[in-house]
Amino acid sequence: MELVGIFKYLYELLADSGLPEVWVELIGLVAAAVMVFGLLALIALFLVWWERKVSAHIQQRFGPMLTGWHGWRQTIADALKLLQKEDITPTTADRPVYYWAPIIAFVAAFAAYVVIPFGEGLIVADLNVGILFIVAITTFTIISLLMAGWGSNNKYALLGGMRSAAQVVSYEVPMVVSILAVIVFAGSLSMVQIVESQELIYQWYIFRLPFGPIAFVTYIIAATAETNRTPFDIPEAEQELVAGFNVEYSGMKFAMFFLAEFVNVFTVSAIGTTLFLGGWQGPWLPSWVWFFIKTFALVFVFMWFRWTYPRLRVDQLMEFSWKFLVPLSFANLILAGLMKYSGWFNW
Amino acid sequence: MGGLRTEEFQVNMGPHHPSTHGVCRFILTMDGEVIVRAVPVIGYLHRALEKICENRTYPQCIPVLDRFEYCTAMSCNQVFALAAEKLAGLEVPERAEYLRVIMLELNRIASHLIWFGTTSLDLGAITPFLYGFREREDILDLFEMTCGQRLTYNYIRVGGVAKDIPPEFIPKCRKFLDTFDHKVDDYERVLTENPIFVVRNKDIGIIPPELGISYGVSGPSLRASGVRYDLRRDDPYSIYDRFKFNIPVRQNGDCYDRYMVRIQEMRESAKIVRQAIEQIPEGEITAKVSINFKPPAGEVYSRIENSRGEMGAYVQSPGNSKKPLRVKLRGGSYNQLQIMPELVKGHKIADVVAIMASLDIIMPEVDR
Repeated sequence: MELVGIFKYLYELLADSGLPEVWVELIGLVAAAVMVFGLLALIALFLVWWERKVSAHIQQRFGPMLTGWHGWRQTIADALKLLQKEDITPTTADRPVYYWAPIIAFVAAFAAYVVIPFGEGLIVADLNVGILFIVAITTFTIISLLMAGWGSNNKYALLGGMRSAAQVVSYEVPMVVSILAVIVFAGSLSMVQIVESQELIYQWYIFRLPFGPIAFVTYIIAATAETNRTPFDIPEAEQELVAGFNVEYSGMKFAMFFLAEFVNVFTVSAIGTTLFLGGWQGPWLPSWVWFFIKTFALVFVFMWFRWTYPRLRVDQLMEFSWKFLVPLSFANLILAGLMKYSGWFNW
Repeated sequence: MGGLRTEEFQVNMGPHHPSTHGVCRFILTMDGEVIVRAVPVIGYLHRALEKICENRTYPQCIPVLDRFEYCTAMSCNQVFALAAEKLAGLEVPERAEYLRVIMLELNRIASHLIWFGTTSLDLGAITPFLYGFREREDILDLFEMTCGQRLTYNYIRVGGVAKDIPPEFIPKCRKFLDTFDHKVDDYERVLTENPIFVVRNKDIGIIPPELGISYGVSGPSLRASGVRYDLRRDDPYSIYDRFKFNIPVRQNGDCYDRYMVRIQEMRESAKIVRQAIEQIPEGEITAKVSINFKPPAGEVYSRIENSRGEMGAYVQSPGNSKKPLRVKLRGGSYNQLQIMPELVKGHKIADVVAIMASLDIIMPEVDR
């Protein structure tokens, strides 16, 4: 069942109702935004629960079992609990900075979904600079981390904020360059066109040997670092920095960071799906189902990393990025360019 | 035009910090992420155990000393019982000696499993922690079926042990030993060959052998620096001279070697337990010890090889008294904590955690 048909039908109903055209467009956009927001909030809640279950099963436990079937209501309970918690602001905090940090993190995490195609035609706005928009908007997260670290006026938080600044900047480079390799081949920055260029399974960029797999692995590694997850979860290394940048946050502000983190995991997985795994393309099932299957599979990979690996040290992390990933991704970009230019690989 | 003005700053690590294992506190002077100076602050867990012992009879001291180093309470029992027996010249029945060795070595494994779990946790890998605790649970079950306790056993008494093992103990223990080696293989697969783990531990916190000896470091932490020194072999107590086992030694003295030594030690301990189970004779489990146990006047120092190094008890008896005149305890962790400032200088804050984890410091043993 293609969802896009339903949306089109609803939109036509709205258009036929006699409202001025500006209003129709506005209502359509707001409706799309609300739907995406609601969907993502649900996904974030689901991911929190899923992460608990995945970690539990990797560690030979059961995880939450008491709240509903296999504890499915656990996250809802957690969210309600966090809503009720007292919102503490340290007296020494830089108030405006402290206040805005979680909001920026939250907004930046959600804004990327404007250009992510959830299925054929299921996209809020098909910008012609789609992937560039995503790269730009997700970088906002780092500002929020720095603001949180600085605003809390806490040494551990500041160290955490600084670390994450260094980390995200370093890993932004290989991530963007590995994305560039795909763009070179697709010949477009639009997310929809990138997906359309990989209609059959051997056209997926992950299978375009030899540059595809390298770009994919580089992307996954850099994305793990971008989302601050193990083995690159240095900004919030509990054992060293207690909790890193969000140590002073409580209640709903903390929940916003927490949700933003999970939305970010979903974002990088969705981008990975779109760029390398053929996006919504797939036989038999509706396109949006394929998109979600692939994305959740990638999310699972990130969770798998997290519950298996130890953490790198901050300088080793930098070394790994600048001395290995960056040269590799640039070489890969050149390779992709040569392949494209030679024209032999354009199946 | 000068460079940027930089400042050293101080960070308080602990006493309530997720990775300082209990209530250890470090005052770290840092230059950015690099440690310039580290000053350990101890005493948060001081319970005056030595003084308490002066006011108790010898058998009453043992449950108090369970709290001396609660990860290996059996060793605490053993070291004090050994001292009291030396004072009184008591002969311990053979079966009791075997039971002691079984319990001590199982306890060593349990203690190393805690170390394994916390080490991986401190390095950010959460899963191995739960694997370690899963096996520890089996050992604790064995202890529980023997003496009813899971942490503070009060099992090894002056002159013998408190209770004989139940008949289902040996089959269950055998079952545990049969699977344990594979479990250790599993641990090694998760951590030993993990490149991230290796890079975090290799060449971090190197203890040169001379420095280690001068600071009184002992046990696995010293054996990782290439010093083959193990009291079970060099100053055999109980019946350790009857068992065949290797003493793992590594040469570099860094965190990774300390990790490897402890992992191998778990396998060796399992070997000892297996031999002890095969050889254990029937017989008495305790010598005849009067309720009014009064050793003659004198002083002794007994020492055993604990999982955290040499554990010792100096006991002075005034003669014709049920209570010791003075008890002094030695724990390996104290010396390992002492060497920390020396080791962490010039390392990053993340390495402090790794070094501390690899030295296996436990605070009740430091503060007593």
